[in-house]
Amino acid sequence: MATIDIHPHSAVDHHDEHDHGHEHHGNFWTTYVFSEDHKVIAKQFLITGMAWALIGGILSVLFRLQLGFPDANLSWLKPILGGWLTPEGKIDPEFYLALVTMHGTIMVFFVLTAGLSGTFSNFLIPLQVGARDMASGFMNMLSYWFFFASSAVMFTSLFISTGPAAGGWVIYPPLSALPQAISGSGLGMTLWLVSMALFIVSSLLGSINYITTIINLRTVGMSFTKLPLTIWAFFLTAVIGILSFPVLFGAALLLIFDRSFGTSFYLSDIYIGGEALPNQGGSPILFQHLFWFLGHPEVYIVLLPALGITSEIIATNSRKPIFGYKAMVGSMLFIAILSFVVWAHHMFVTGMNPFLGSIFTLLTLIIAVPSAVKIFNYVTTMWKGNIIFTPAMLFSIGLVSFFLTGGITGVFLGNSAIDIQLHDTYFVVAHFHLVMGSASFFGMVAGIYHWFPKMFGRMLNEKLGYIHFWVTFVGVYLVFFPMHYIGIAGFPRRYYSWTNFETFSGFADLNFLVTVAAIVTLAAQLLFVFNFIYSIFRGRMASANPWNSTTLEWTTPRLPQHGNWPGEIPTVYRWPYDYSKPGAKDDYIPQHIPYSETPESNLPHENELIKLEGVGGSAIVVEEKKH
Amino acid sequence: MSQSTATTITGRNVWDGGVSPMGVSYGKLMMWFFLLSDAFTFSGLLITYGLIRSSHPAFTGAHDAFVFSPEYWPIPEKVFEAVPFLHGMALPLVFVGIMTFVLIMSSVTMVLAVEAGHRMDQKAVEKWMLWTILGGITFLSCQAWEWTHFIVGTESGTTIKEFVNGEWISRVIYGANLHENQYGPHDFADFFFFITGFHGFHVFSGVLLNFLIYYNTVTGVYNRRGSYEMVEKVGLYWHFVDLVWVFVFTFYYLV
Repeated sequence: MATIDIHPHSAVDHHDEHDHGHEHHGNFWTTYVFSEDHKVIAKQFLITGMAWALIGGILSVLFRLQLGFPDANLSWLKPILGGWLTPEGKIDPEFYLALVTMHGTIMVFFVLTAGLSGTFSNFLIPLQVGARDMASGFMNMLSYWFFFASSAVMFTSLFISTGPAAGGWVIYPPLSALPQAISGSGLGMTLWLVSMALFIVSSLLGSINYITTIINLRTVGMSFTKLPLTIWAFFLTAVIGILSFPVLFGAALLLIFDRSFGTSFYLSDIYIGGEALPNQGGSPILFQHLFWFLGHPEVYIVLLPALGITSEIIATNSRKPIFGYKAMVGSMLFIAILSFVVWAHHMFVTGMNPFLGSIFTLLTLIIAVPSAVKIFNYVTTMWKGNIIFTPAMLFSIGLVSFFLTGGITGVFLGNSAIDIQLHDTYFVVAHFHLVMGSASFFGMVAGIYHWFPKMFGRMLNEKLGYIHFWVTFVGVYLVFFPMHYIGIAGFPRRYYSWTNFETFSGFADLNFLVTVAAIVTLAAQLLFVFNFIYSIFRGRMASANPWNSTTLEWTTPRLPQHGNWPGEIPTVYRWPYDYSKPGAKDDYIPQHIPYSETPESNLPHENELIKLEGVGGSAIVVEEKKH
Repeated sequence: MSQSTATTITGRNVWDGGVSPMGVSYGKLMMWFFLLSDAFTFSGLLITYGLIRSSHPAFTGAHDAFVFSPEYWPIPEKVFEAVPFLHGMALPLVFVGIMTFVLIMSSVTMVLAVEAGHRMDQKAVEKWMLWTILGGITFLSCQAWEWTHFIVGTESGTTIKEFVNGEWISRVIYGANLHENQYGPHDFADFFFFITGFHGFHVFSGVLLNFLIYYNTVTGVYNRRGSYEMVEKVGLYWHFVDLVWVFVFTFYYLV
């Protein structure tokens, strides 16, 4: 059975599934709590993510205190830490491990995955592709509340008497599989696994929604080659998430069985406390393979959204088209593909076949190529631009700096031979904190500064923004640069104390510097939190398009309501980077301005496109339905 | 199957926005992406199984001389050779073959239900959904019997030697659970329970979804909505569960 419908196709009749003559008015619960509006859900993710970032930051300062001031008496922290301080006023060694573990887990998953991707994918995808909302608002709401449940479980685990998980954020068995190993492998580890299972459900619900929205709900004219790079980044991030998180889910389920039901998937030949365990036949290395099959793509789940946000901000504030749009898309795609075939570079010293190691070395080093393409494109976009140093722009430039500094040490670490010396030292800590931690964090902060006016209708204070940037930027380098030296000297990460080894006591001054810098950097974030909260209520009023930007979200009113555009959704005619186009009267032309309105700046092939524009952007569409 | 394509006359492309480029509703797209994700979960588990299995020695003697021992991975058709009511007969893989046939047939009836949905034929959708649900329940019941048999074990059991408190003792174990296993190494039983259990849970949720669809069909929800697309979406899930079973069957029972 085949039917052919021919009907005039315009933006209006296509998008209006529901009537926009009236606004949706819910009560407090449906508007702010169980909202299905993507903008509210984005803010929920943002605020939860910021709360987690503060907790994660405070945890890191706690263990930095131990490392920087090994002899200090910390009993003034007794009101907070209670029994986790030894009678001499030092941090309990097992609690130190828990601090490191929770800092990693919180920052990687709760801040830089949910807080970053959850916030900006939710906020920007419908606004930038021209959709009323996500494909499924209900699933989007579920995504946030699964994340919230996951957060609640993880937060609870901080307060139980045996302490939170302490086996490192990578939870390698057998340490994580045997509750009798350390106190953190007891209930804390169980709660960690439960929390992560909920987190994976949340991530899956979100990712499926993002991809579907980008494919199906783009407005008329918004082809994939006209998508802002942010959307490309969110799209690829979601694809990576869909393919890698389920493997972690499988691995976590197997670990749960090993922990609670006596199976031997990851366990074999173990003595603990003088007692032989009956488990036979499993392999702990297997867990590492499964974990890093997620774990490495996770690095790009964290990084790609930040790179997308940065592309957008740098082009806008350089008042220049992004350099190499297709190269940017291509390099992100290439990074996304490569992210799945490099996982074993985390495992060079597990005794794997050296030949396999050399293959993973090669694949890992190839990632330097698309990464370098991106850095060159950022620099060439800024080259001879009329750069406007907004706080968002500064943070974006900071990202490029960190991405470069941390990326170069990645080339060292990717070599399986050099990794024998550097593996699990502070060199690794310095590397990934710069290239993925700080870079992604800067991308997130840049995004908040840039889109705050559209989120809350007010501007963040710029002066505080500049102070925030410079303290954080210098602080991050002061924290992580010295770690390279400590790491090359061979000091292993996750160790409680430096001073027990004569070799390393010479680094006490560097560690002191790192700790002081970390405290100052954290303090600067409090300034930002103040700025954020103050500006929501008292900030300078924002205009609808404060940065003179070209993308669709800036065509919405100052505070977009449910449905985003009061009238019909704008039609898109041009790519998102028409900045400083020769001949144009302004230095930017938004995506929804047809070529027919800008004859003074059109290129010859663009004049050809005017013919396709039709009346009011409508096109004749033939739909054939075969059953 | 439904195929809808949208082509534009004026030089525009379906990917230029404003239409669903693949002619598929968002719900169906979401189901496809979920299945892609789930496929990675199962692939991860099956690869894990393959790696653990290959790290154990295989039985090298003559096929007839096979006996159960924790020293090597068992030959699966020597383990799964029981059929209800035919006690004592060695019928390798017959019962699991029947199970597989039932599940595949339920996929066929699901296709018929989807096809009936395209014709907006409520009665036929009801009929074929009911057959699909029946197939799913039959599969689950068969699995329950197979698990029971696997757990209870054979009458003769397997004698194993254990080193306890500094001396070797012999002990006969019957059947398998997550801690001990008469048929071979621990991991043989661990993976049997985990992988078939994880798949069985998928079948179980599939049956629940199928029942939901059946209920909505009977109450006329889809007829009023004018579309039986939900049947199609759940059908995708059901076929996927079926497809996964083919892989589980291949890697756990046949190889």
